[in-house]
Amino acid sequence: MTGTMNLTLLVWRQAGTSDKGRLVSYEARDISPDMSFLEMLDVVNEGLTQKGEEPIAFDHDCREGICGMCGAVVNGRAHGAEKGTTLCQLHMRHFSDGDVIYIEPWRSRAFPVVKDLVVDRSALDRIFMAGGYISVNTGQAPEANTIPVPPEKAETAMDAAACIGCGACVAACPNASAMLFVCAKVSQLAILPQGRPEAARRVLAMIRKMDEEKFGNCGNERECEAECPKEISISHIARANREYIKAVLGSREK
Amino acid sequence: MLQSNVPSGPLADKWTNRKNELLLVNPANRRKYTVLVVGTGLAGASAAAALGEQGYNVKSFCISDSPRRAHSIAAQGGINAAKNYTNDGDSVFRLFYDTIKGGDFRAREANVFRLAEISNLIIDHCVAQGIPFAREYGGLLANRSFGGAQVSRTFYARGQTGQQLLLGAYGALLRQAAAGRVTLLPRREMLDLIVADGRACGILARNLVTGALESYAGDAVLLCTGGYGNAYYLSTNAMNSNVTAAWRCYKRGAFFANPCFTQIHPTCIPVSGHYQSKLTLMSESLRNDGRVWVPKKPGDDRPPRLIPEDERDYYLERKYPSFGNLVPRDVASRNAKAVCDEGRGVGPTGRAVYLDFADAIARDGKAAIEKKYGNLFAMYEKITAQNPYETPMMIYPAIHYTMGGLWVDYNLMTTIPGLFALGEANFSDHGANRLGASALMQGLADGYFIIPYTLPDYLAQKGPGTVSTDHPAFKEAREKVEQDVGALLSIKGERTVDDIHRELGRIMWEYCGMSRNDEGLKTALEQIPKLREEFWQNVRVPGKAADFNQALEKAGRVADFLEFGELLAKDALARRESCGGHFNEAFQTEENEALRDDENFCHVAAWEYRGEGEEPGRHEEPLVFENVHLTQRSYK
Ligand SMILES: Cc1cc2nc3c(=O)[nH]c(=O)nc-3n(C[C@H](O)[C@H](O)[C@H](O)COP(=O)(O)OP(=O)(O)OC[C@H]3O[C@@H](n4cnc5c(N)ncnc54)[C@H](O)[C@@H]3O)c2cc1C
Ligand code: FES
Repeated sequence: MTGTMNLTLLVWRQAGTSDKGRLVSYEARDISPDMSFLEMLDVVNEGLTQKGEEPIAFDHDCREGICGMCGAVVNGRAHGAEKGTTLCQLHMRHFSDGDVIYIEPWRSRAFPVVKDLVVDRSALDRIFMAGGYISVNTGQAPEANTIPVPPEKAETAMDAAACIGCGACVAACPNASAMLFVCAKVSQLAILPQGRPEAARRVLAMIRKMDEEKFGNCGNERECEAECPKEISISHIARANREYIKAVLGSREK
Repeated sequence: MLQSNVPSGPLADKWTNRKNELLLVNPANRRKYTVLVVGTGLAGASAAAALGEQGYNVKSFCISDSPRRAHSIAAQGGINAAKNYTNDGDSVFRLFYDTIKGGDFRAREANVFRLAEISNLIIDHCVAQGIPFAREYGGLLANRSFGGAQVSRTFYARGQTGQQLLLGAYGALLRQAAAGRVTLLPRREMLDLIVADGRACGILARNLVTGALESYAGDAVLLCTGGYGNAYYLSTNAMNSNVTAAWRCYKRGAFFANPCFTQIHPTCIPVSGHYQSKLTLMSESLRNDGRVWVPKKPGDDRPPRLIPEDERDYYLERKYPSFGNLVPRDVASRNAKAVCDEGRGVGPTGRAVYLDFADAIARDGKAAIEKKYGNLFAMYEKITAQNPYETPMMIYPAIHYTMGGLWVDYNLMTTIPGLFALGEANFSDHGANRLGASALMQGLADGYFIIPYTLPDYLAQKGPGTVSTDHPAFKEAREKVEQDVGALLSIKGERTVDDIHRELGRIMWEYCGMSRNDEGLKTALEQIPKLREEFWQNVRVPGKAADFNQALEKAGRVADFLEFGELLAKDALARRESCGGHFNEAFQTEENEALRDDENFCHVAAWEYRGEGEEPGRHEEPLVFENVHLTQRSYK
């Protein structure tokens, strides 16, 4: 373990959705390189509380990179500069003594700021609601081994299913598109035989909903793939695009 | 007094018999009933979805911004089922037997048998939902083995089984939301249960964005709020996991069963410093190839690779020659603590032991080890900046799961009519110790396949119709919560909520952790009330009530942990035996195993709240074993 460090944080503070918001500077002292980024914020918040100031609001829960609750733009990068890492798994050893760190919430029209670094991502739930599932009622299922699924297919479906719904892809995209989020689910379910019957309806409904929710269009910028903490490949966007074209041309779904 | 309500008949027919006698609600009438489902983990999401499918009017609450983020998402290893796809002799009876034995014979036979019976339906349903379980070359489902079983019955989706199962249940939930049968109420925290005329008839919830207290009336309330591991401050649980909802129900009359049954997981990444906020689990499967050791000499701080073989103590292999590094979770954990207490722990804090892969790498090659554990090694390196291929991992036990919970009968109803508890929030199926891969199974069994049968029976007897939210019971609850919130904000003391929570965690871990004794438990019973007093006099909670205020949320949860911790210690002290995760040093075999007292303690202890400052009442539900023989565990 190396010595501790002192950092200057420039943190986005915004009292509520209608507040304008501003960057406020804080000193983070004696930060251990073994701390996670959120533990560093905990330490700053303990200090603010002691001083009678309001702590910085940020969302978090699992702190092990799986729930998708945390996230902020750190020095211009969603979840910070480390590859394949959520903010809660970003460790302070990737920073150096004296660094100045900008910390801002996800920026997108579809994600209004709730407070400080906390944003409202319910638009992602609404897109999912439009068709991110297979319509099967409890008790209807056939025996699990009735339909074999080749392991390569199961693996590719699992690659897509690893999405944690954090919204970093939207924050990273110059157009604030949610295509990677949408297509990861479309692709997962299109690959599996169980998902085929609804494939056309699903892709049309989810893409339509994404547009309605004020997300931008995909311009193939690939920033989403670069920033995705689960490293989900944009090949899923390509697959979903094929599904979309098939659905528009070949199916009766509208 | 405690009616377990177990159906009659032979074990294998009990659930079928019960299903046949339960009342039904006509499809046209179902929409007249409102069901409040609190929590969207595996238990809550599956229950809300299944009831929505049947046509009930469901309201679904959770703390996080989306139902998909419940703590269940973090489960790694897998889910058990008695499919016997591996043809290695598994059966419903064997899964039942392993689970009841793993629980050290402190669970109800009938409940556990039902769980095993339902396990196969869960896998069928989850596959139909599109969950990408691991597959064999031929495209059929793959299985792996897990602790406490001699068969391969665990289904998995890489190291993300909980995530995939939860996303399946979340999808099913959202499908019902799209159909208008489920209303989603995220960022809501239940702060009280409303009881009127002896029935649960609503909840009071805080809107975590605006701070407003909201009243919801329902025909029934389903508590699916998870476990209380965070009473120990550091645990593998998600940060927002809490006991609040269950505790408020306890204070409204629901009995709390076996709070001292807590599970410690032996392979977690050790604490690195005071700032530590949570502990990360490293899958138990690592013990298949890793060798656990510490230096023989206390205080030996040479780097591990410089400590020669004959100065190392492979203490599990030495003490348990036949099971070696694969002894059960509780045995591995207690031994790690013991060697650290002797001053032989390693790492900067001295509270860690080595888990060494050098021999496995020499034997099987680095590639083979990477294939098996690559993702775990990468995760370890991300957190610790150490490369486990070159230097041994450091691990230490941490609180992981809580077997205790609200007492429920066979139909999952608590002692308050109309209040049901599902998943980790109830006490039902794991006795004194839970086997790996069986919590996911239980949560989904409760939600998809049990409550859709047992809840209608209650509803049909009650008839539709909720109380008005103007009912005095709502008013009284609201005033009480407003008063507590006001009090928390006005103390303006010196200590932060986390600081006090950390101290509570230290007391709990020290005196109510993996190895307990009467003296320690009594110390805890002295220290916890003092700390609680300190909290109510000296805590500092910034901000306002009518705002998004995370410090206030935490303060409410810690206030409840400070009450609950005392009950946990009381329960531990009252149970004059050791069993499963509850180990009292006064009760052990010559081999240092938990020594049960089947004569006097073969029962569930269910605690009844009797008012502020009053001693809680302890009730016993005797456990009757007609189908299994009670044996003493040994792993030598
Ligand atoms: C790291 C880890 C790995 C694990 N791995 C496995 C495994 O491989 N196999 C296995 O079988 N088990 C595993 N477990 C155990 C298992 O994950 C849990 O026991 C199980 O997921 C609990 O599910 P649940 O639905 O009961 O509760 P949870 O998933 O904890 O959900 C609780 C829900 O209640 C909500 N809630 C809580 N309080 C309130 C309130 N007051 N108001 C409103 N909402 C509230 C929360 O927001 C959440 O939605 C693991 C546990 C951990 C910690
Ligand atoms: S807190 Fe769960 S992913 Fe970061």
